[in-house]
Amino acid sequence: MATMTLIEAVTDAMRTEMRNDDRVVVFGEDVGKKGGVFLATQGLQEEFGEQRCFDTPLSECGIIGTAVGMAVYGIRPIAEIQFLDFIYPAFDQIVSEAAKMRYRSGGEYTCPLVIRSPYGGGIRGGHYHSQSSEAYFCHTPGLKVVIPSTPADAKGLLISSIRDEDPVMFLEPKRIYRSVKGEVPEGEHVVPLGKGRVVREGSDVTVVAYGSMVSICEQAAEKAAEQGRSVEIIDPRSLVPLDEDLILESVRKTGRCVVVFEAPRTCSFGSEIAAIVAEKAIEHLEGPVVRVGGFDTPFPYSLEHLYMPDVRRVLKGIEKTFQW
Amino acid sequence: MTTTQPPLSILQKDGKTAKDKDPNLPADQLKRLYETMVAARILDERGLALQRQGRIGFYLQALGQEASHVGSASTLQDSDWFFPAYRQPGIPILRGVPFDDIVNEWYGNDGDTSKGRQMPVHYSFRQANFVSVSSPIGTQISQAAGAGMAARIRGDDTVFMSYFGDGGTSSNDFHAGLNFAAVFKAPVVFVCENNQWAISVPATNQTKSESMAIKAQAYGMPGIRVDGNDVLAVHRVCKEAVERARKGEGPTLVETVTYRIASHSSSDDAARYRDADEFEAWKQRDPIQRFQRYLQRKKLWNEAYEAEIQERYKQAINDAIKRAEARPRPPLDSLFEDVYLNLTPQLRAQREELLSLEGPESAELGEFPL
Repeated sequence: MATMTLIEAVTDAMRTEMRNDDRVVVFGEDVGKKGGVFLATQGLQEEFGEQRCFDTPLSECGIIGTAVGMAVYGIRPIAEIQFLDFIYPAFDQIVSEAAKMRYRSGGEYTCPLVIRSPYGGGIRGGHYHSQSSEAYFCHTPGLKVVIPSTPADAKGLLISSIRDEDPVMFLEPKRIYRSVKGEVPEGEHVVPLGKGRVVREGSDVTVVAYGSMVSICEQAAEKAAEQGRSVEIIDPRSLVPLDEDLILESVRKTGRCVVVFEAPRTCSFGSEIAAIVAEKAIEHLEGPVVRVGGFDTPFPYSLEHLYMPDVRRVLKGIEKTFQW
Repeated sequence: MTTTQPPLSILQKDGKTAKDKDPNLPADQLKRLYETMVAARILDERGLALQRQGRIGFYLQALGQEASHVGSASTLQDSDWFFPAYRQPGIPILRGVPFDDIVNEWYGNDGDTSKGRQMPVHYSFRQANFVSVSSPIGTQISQAAGAGMAARIRGDDTVFMSYFGDGGTSSNDFHAGLNFAAVFKAPVVFVCENNQWAISVPATNQTKSESMAIKAQAYGMPGIRVDGNDVLAVHRVCKEAVERARKGEGPTLVETVTYRIASHSSSDDAARYRDADEFEAWKQRDPIQRFQRYLQRKKLWNEAYEAEIQERYKQAINDAIKRAEARPRPPLDSLFEDVYLNLTPQLRAQREELLSLEGPESAELGEFPL
């Protein structure tokens, strides 16, 4: 075990898999000599050479288009998109090509690629360096969507994503790139996709959260405990495929559910989780399923702290479930 | 390098070749090219007829473009790959894909290699290294560049051929794909089949560049214009481009200047927006007839031979159609397969939901053309 930040764990995962499998290559804007704008790929070009870790021209459409071709041909690309906010020129390649290759070819061609991208707010990045657009990808059959909240999960989930036979959007909560540290197993460490994690056990209310919202919810749970509320926190870790059973099992136990996420509320993945709970656990619910998310505004700059769900808003969401 | 000059031609109207330009390909190769072009034409005629008879839902013809894609594709080795568009029916024929596989795709039946997942003519033929066709324009261009980059990383000598039309040169992926391919010296031949029309928009309104080939200069690769109705000229130009790619000298853009004799698709009527004189003039330059005259001069073609191959392909295609029509739709289960390697719990539950329905299947659906 070594103590690492989340971003160090991301690097460790790539290094581990590049050593394991010489088909794995890493590329994107500034990922080579510079090691990425956040330094997620630091040291990889040095160790694996310019053939396996390289800079590309400044074109997200080209990065993902070429990644699709590489994956179809049989190597294992990890494409970095510098900020998730910049991914939209590549949307066609992700949605129409990567996501559909296996299905549309009847399984003749597949597209096992990983798209890594820092996402989310809380870094004073304004609306082009802060968005949480995971819902677009969750809405697309054929894609898997993975979001870690701890260094150990970041490593284990990224290794699973690289080994996965289908395209994976691996979204990294950049707000906690360096603020969370944790023990990370050395070498092989695999966390399967589709298995959530009980972050904290509790009996009165279930809070479902992912990415940087997990630690906010942990703080809120401490406060709630002071008021006599026992909060259980579930981190699904992968949104697609989703560990519904873990969430439903928890809600059946607590009878209450709050979903916390950064994205704008309308058509968010948090809304999907709320709908699943409403549809499948209604007989256990003692109050409404409550969404605590971003607002339906573009991501703000100066008032970012008001946009992002914080402890105050999570606590209010929890209270709502008891007022029924 | 010819970029804006008249495109390179070898075959003259009377079947003679331009001076000293006859490549003197072996007789069996010439016949293979010719027969593939003829087979593609027959396939297209049958395909559209089936659509008109209401037996299949949609069709896209490549009439007049047979020399362009057969001539270029024939310069690859069997281990090389295609990232095609939707107007290259001769390629699977050239690669020996059985007509049953081609026709089953039109019907989307249980023999379709892509399991009835796409509209007709959006083929996927793994056995031919013919990558699944999609409808969005240009996406295959940057994919071919990426596959070429991957081949270089792996250290193999595969060459990739990517097809698109004049409309495709306006796409984001054309720019990204050519740029990446040049920067990374990817072994790709980009074949722009300039058939003058992107549905109803003429190539002259697609770009104000003097040609499609000239765009290559901006990316730092050779761009060559060739007569797309001249199978020998296309073959020669692409052979050189493939050799360059295989030697590690990087990509080439080839513009085959041709004409879409057909309407865009079975849903389109080109007479509504195209000049009849232009159409007639191009019809006179039919690539199959031109090649036929050349073969006749070489004593490789006569009417008996023509009758024999016509009969052979019509029979084979009609037999395939008969078998395709007797096959059932893909099984219900296949609706949920291949979204991922394995069914997710959510997909498993949705499959159960569908399987549990009782009573007759319903649904009055719309059908192309709307």
